Amino acid sequence: MQDFSEAFTLAFSLILGADADLVEIIGLSLRVSLAAVVLSALIGLPLGAFIAVLRFRGRQVIAVLLNALMGLPPVVVGLLVYMTISRAGPFGWLNLLYTPTAMIIAQTILVTPIIAALSRQLLEDLHREYDEQFRSLCLPTRRVIAALIWDARYSLLTVALAGFGRAIAEVGAVIIVGGNIDHLTRVMTTAIALETSKGELSLALALGIILLILALSVNAAVYGLRASAARLAYA
Amino acid sequence: MPDASSPVLPSPQASLLPLEVHSLCFRVNQETLVDNIDLCVESDGISVIMGSNGAGKSLLLRLLHGLLEPTSGHILWNGRDLDLATRRRQALVFQKPVLMRRSVAANIDFVLRTKGRERRQQRDQLLQQAGLLRQRDQAARLLSGGEQQRLALARALATEPEVLLLDEPCASIDAGATLQIEQLLRQTRDRGVKIIMVTHDTGQARRLADDVLFMHNGRLFEHRPAQEFFAAPASEPARAYLEGRIAL
Repeated sequence: MQDFSEAFTLAFSLILGADADLVEIIGLSLRVSLAAVVLSALIGLPLGAFIAVLRFRGRQVIAVLLNALMGLPPVVVGLLVYMTISRAGPFGWLNLLYTPTAMIIAQTILVTPIIAALSRQLLEDLHREYDEQFRSLCLPTRRVIAALIWDARYSLLTVALAGFGRAIAEVGAVIIVGGNIDHLTRVMTTAIALETSKGELSLALALGIILLILALSVNAAVYGLRASAARLAYA
Repeated sequence: MPDASSPVLPSPQASLLPLEVHSLCFRVNQETLVDNIDLCVESDGISVIMGSNGAGKSLLLRLLHGLLEPTSGHILWNGRDLDLATRRRQALVFQKPVLMRRSVAANIDFVLRTKGRERRQQRDQLLQQAGLLRQRDQAARLLSGGEQQRLALARALATEPEVLLLDEPCASIDAGATLQIEQLLRQTRDRGVKIIMVTHDTGQARRLADDVLFMHNGRLFEHRPAQEFFAAPASEPARAYLEGRIAL
């Protein structure tokens, strides 16, 4: 119990004191995870929409595969990205290993299937509702997809949120490709892992509390946005 | 009902009429839902497809619009097969309006943009005709049932169709909203748009129809001018239907 109260005190003193190292770690965590979510959305949303709208052979197989990929183990993704961008790997010449860019790549690979699979399900439901009307209007596929994504935008925010949750909370991939280097690639989760291994449980717990507050704030913001959209009957 | 002094005119191309249907069949799992229909619609005005529930009226409408592929038979609009160009000159209003998760105005804008002519003035004109100008910025899904159906109709008219197909547009709305829609349909007919409409409301058919197509059990029993049909229906199912008897 002492650890917990000590952790809370430490967490609030770190936050209130705006500790420079802490701010840097939080900043990098947000930068890496938000960039990964944006990239994943750019890839995953159109992918999910295409699978939702187009009828082709193997569509179900791709849908099942995407669902399965939602549970990709972060360490495996980290390992694969590591092998690809390490000096001996095919993209070693880019010198990306142990950089925030490598961490963004790894998290993008983790988050893209989540966004693609969840948005496919959501857009498929909306497409079922709009389908006859859109076919009556003889709309080309690209317009159908654009309209579906636009009309489902508030629901898709929740999908992006699920992706953000996965990215901000994972440690396995970023620690392998980022290396947890102080002032360079140290993020919240890798810092927690480090402090725990050092036996600094209070500091680790304090960082954990801050991570939770961060996740809660983002969730609350998106929930508020969705609720107002629902009130306006747009969601 | 607002005045429709600035009508949306149909595009000046060769007419889509006559509509010819030859030996049209639609089957699902060996069950024949539309059975060997032959018909020819040549005249302008409002053609009403009547019949009891399950007669195949809505299916016929969807087949005519190309939303369903016939199992066999042919549909020719002015001698042309039902291709994309022909379908683009038609619009269909569904029984349950499918409105997008947008404002009233944005629902119309979406269609105008599709047709490459997004004009605020034209949109407002359409909303004025439908009596929805005041609700322009409201979410479409918060409108009442009657307003939603009028918006669906205004959106269909935004495509400037030459043939307007309607599937029981007043099935679940009140008398006032029905009256508004009927007025809008008359105005649309008077502008030269051909209307083919499904209804099982005999009163509405009497008020609007220029000719009646009567269906029963997937088959077309009669296609005659409305006055003749209502005065003396020639087939037993039609007589039973108009007298309120149940015909099997």
